[in-house]
Amino acid sequence: MSIDLERTDKRIDDIMGLLLRTGVIIAASLVLLGGIVYLVRHPAPVNYRTFQGEPLQYRTVSGIFHGATELTGRGLIQLGLLLLIATPVARVVFSVFAFLYERDWKYVIFTLIVLGLLMFSLFGRG
Amino acid sequence: MNSVTFTLLIWVGSLLGGFWGSLVGLGGGVVVVPLLTLIFHVDIHYAIGAALVSVIATSSGAAAAYVREGYSNVRVGMFLEMATTTGALVGAALVLYLHASVISIIFGVVLIYSAYTSMRPLPEASQDVPPDKIATWLRMDSTFPEGDRLEKYHVRSVPTGFGIMFVAGVLSGLLGIGSGAVKVLAMDKAMKLPFKVSTTTSNFMIGVTAAAGAGIYLSRGYIDPGLAMPVMLGVLAGSFAGARVLSRMHVGVLRFVFAVVIAALAIEMIYSGFTGRI
Repeated sequence: MSIDLERTDKRIDDIMGLLLRTGVIIAASLVLLGGIVYLVRHPAPVNYRTFQGEPLQYRTVSGIFHGATELTGRGLIQLGLLLLIATPVARVVFSVFAFLYERDWKYVIFTLIVLGLLMFSLFGRG
Repeated sequence: MNSVTFTLLIWVGSLLGGFWGSLVGLGGGVVVVPLLTLIFHVDIHYAIGAALVSVIATSSGAAAAYVREGYSNVRVGMFLEMATTTGALVGAALVLYLHASVISIIFGVVLIYSAYTSMRPLPEASQDVPPDKIATWLRMDSTFPEGDRLEKYHVRSVPTGFGIMFVAGVLSGLLGIGSGAVKVLAMDKAMKLPFKVSTTTSNFMIGVTAAAGAGIYLSRGYIDPGLAMPVMLGVLAGSFAGARVLSRMHVGVLRFVFAVVIAALAIEMIYSGFTGRI
């Protein structure tokens, strides 16, 4: 029983590692692509000295998805950053299933609580 | 300065920050915020937004390598993430109510603490500790590879660790950093995890904690694509390069020099905060 569990743990670790790496690589590629488009189209300097806050299209999940379909540089970067933020979230989702598979109910609940907090952060208020 | 030059300078700065940071065991975030605010005069809200995003990138990238080595304790990590994510939400919400100067001062203090711990690595916790009731109930006791065999260890003081982790989460959400130094403190000193396990598990948790803060940052408009792009790409590339050369380098002197630089930046952050320049 405990040997089986350890082997399952190891396999879960492997998949988790792959998931994290893939997420980061795709996100970084999107950010790089968007960055090139952005710099080619906007050679004018931007002022970051005073805080204005981003326009709404770069602030909400739905806004970012909508903005990215217009294929602007900033829209693509923001989509890449959103994907980057989603990578650890995907890891937590994966952990829910991993603990379910191991029938470790306590940890299923803990993981769901963490997932709920992350969802609140991403989708709360709107 | 046009935006291409500005972006390249930020990228190079972040690359160096990420490189140095990973050599001495500090995350990219603690280096990037002073760099952006003090040298490039970026508003601290944009700076912590860009820093937190780069923290997620390096944490997920590094965790991918660590989990496969079998050092990190996924149960301890997941349990404590309840504390760190709650803390991160509180910290990120606090940014709205605290003046930029106050954030700068707190940042400086945390920076000094980080520099101090990076100079003096925590001694290996003794592993002659008996099993703990809560940790046993939570099935946290585990093993880690030591040479050819698996070394067993027990986890202690779960409530204390949980409490310190909440503080680590608040700092992460408030300052845009991974607060790995505080996380290692909780797991090493309080919970008596072996050093290799605490550092890798801490890295494992940093991404999730930072994601909780980043969601709030995003909706508040702290994450600017034009600024976060060079910071994230620079820190990511730098920290990977740092991790590559780490095993082949003697970092003793470097660690000392870096700690001095970090301390100087910290004092500058505190001074700028008090004089109202940030």
